[in-house]
Amino acid sequence: MSGTGFFKAVPALKREGGSVSIRIDDRACTVRAGLSVAAALLEQGAVRFRRTPVSGAPRAPLCMMGVCFECLLEIDGVANSQSCLIEVRDGMRIRTQDGAARLASMTEGTAP
Amino acid sequence: MTDRPDVLIVGAGPAGMQAALRCRALGLSVALLDEQGGPGGQIFRHIEHADQRARKVFGDDYAAGHALARDFLGSGTTYLRHARVWEVAPGPLVYALVGGHSRVFEPRRVILATGAMERPAPAPGWTLPGVIGAGAAQILMKSSGLVPEGPFVLAGSGPLLYLLAQQLLRVGARPAALVDTTSPGNRMRAVGPLAGALGSWRVLLKGLGMLGDIRRAGIPVYAGATHLAFEGDGRVTGVAFRHRGRPHALPANVVLTHQGVVPDTQLTRALRVPHAWSDSQLCWLPATSALGELSSAQGIFLAGDAAGIAGAQAARLRGEVCAWAVGEQLGVVDPRRRARETDALLRRLERWRALRKFLDTLYRPADGQRIPDDDVLVCRCEEISAGTIRGFVREGCLGPNQAKAFGRCGMGPCQGRQCGLAMAEIIADERGVEVGQVDVLRARFPVKPVMLQDLIV
Repeated sequence: MSGTGFFKAVPALKREGGSVSIRIDDRACTVRAGLSVAAALLEQGAVRFRRTPVSGAPRAPLCMMGVCFECLLEIDGVANSQSCLIEVRDGMRIRTQDGAARLASMTEGTAP
Repeated sequence: MTDRPDVLIVGAGPAGMQAALRCRALGLSVALLDEQGGPGGQIFRHIEHADQRARKVFGDDYAAGHALARDFLGSGTTYLRHARVWEVAPGPLVYALVGGHSRVFEPRRVILATGAMERPAPAPGWTLPGVIGAGAAQILMKSSGLVPEGPFVLAGSGPLLYLLAQQLLRVGARPAALVDTTSPGNRMRAVGPLAGALGSWRVLLKGLGMLGDIRRAGIPVYAGATHLAFEGDGRVTGVAFRHRGRPHALPANVVLTHQGVVPDTQLTRALRVPHAWSDSQLCWLPATSALGELSSAQGIFLAGDAAGIAGAQAARLRGEVCAWAVGEQLGVVDPRRRARETDALLRRLERWRALRKFLDTLYRPADGQRIPDDDVLVCRCEEISAGTIRGFVREGCLGPNQAKAFGRCGMGPCQGRQCGLAMAEIIADERGVEVGQVDVLRARFPVKPVMLQDLIV
């Protein structure tokens, strides 16, 4: 089943609407406007949103309503963003998280 | 005005919207803060944009939310979308991030209508990508038009599982199987409460309709399954279980799980309100007056499923009850009129309570689906197993709050939302005491992730 994502759009419920361009881990892609970041990634076939800080286990969304914190992504430089609660925006930069989030804005430029 | 409204409501589900409507009708200024991009809560998710097709797929109960949302949007309520409430303090004071900006509100009264969430049900492999809540799948369907890809299985118990199967079938997405973990013994126990629920015969007929659709579609149903486990390496590839004494394994690209819903108590637990264990709903319920005012935080009310699961229609009635009580406290309704109105509403609520008693009995999650074996992860964030928690108890741990100190259980990003209930049941079981005798897992503000700069307001 490799190559298959978890969710796909169904014609009976798909709405016409605009699209926005985002970057997921440096890969440019076009997604439907109005979707949450988590839903957009699932439609793109994402099967891993992050790896846990504790064991490195892969995780993907469980609840889609902001209570499981499994969909955490770095969105526009902000680590640990709940991607199911944030809508896609044109030009958005998204990074999957591998282990503990780095405190980007605090450590950038201060490394020796 | 926005920052000092008469009433601040948290949550734009049925309870919050109905409370807003009544408060506005009583002439009160209202601000409503909600985390989502549109009104409706989870039950009426995306209702603002639901077209005829969507309303047909999701049914009349969903479509009914359209008029409520329309009335709410036209009510003159200051409705703040994408608002993340991270603290509610006595006073009352409400702290929130609204569109990325920190705001402090000083309302005269607060109504919390934070709703419900799916019961986290730890089982082997439940952290694998591709194991997703049935409610989550329904949210993806309603808000994004997405359905599971490849062979998928519904596994668990509760009305939402059957409703989702029916809705998926309507758009041509056919589950490979329904693995139903409802204990066969529940049916006998539910016979008594059924008599009281007959007043809600329309709802009961709808339930029979769902089961009929599943049967007619020829979906294999494994009723009374036990030992549910999700299998795979890096992502789910199948589901295993026992049925009629025999082991089964089904391949699956996605597994949609469900074990009922429970109140979202993050705010009330952080407020240190007393919570009592409900043995019928198997969850913690915050202590409130009959009209919904928190017993230890005056001026803060609780409406809807956050105060105990009763369903969307009951949530509307409870939102209305809170609004009348607030109106009386703020001097815009005289006590006699308030009593007349709330007495009538509380009588109407009895019917929904009777239905809920039946549903709670029939779909009581099996013990094995709530109190897992030693090797199952309970705290998903800190990756702590049931066995480790039992080890804490043997070392003297008395409850969930001590389990934090013993090994960080409940201290990850979700702040115990996923492990809190299971942790309490596991500890009580290991200690051999009632769940009510172990304390409720305390939550701490901020209850939403905020940046340090957002705390400085």
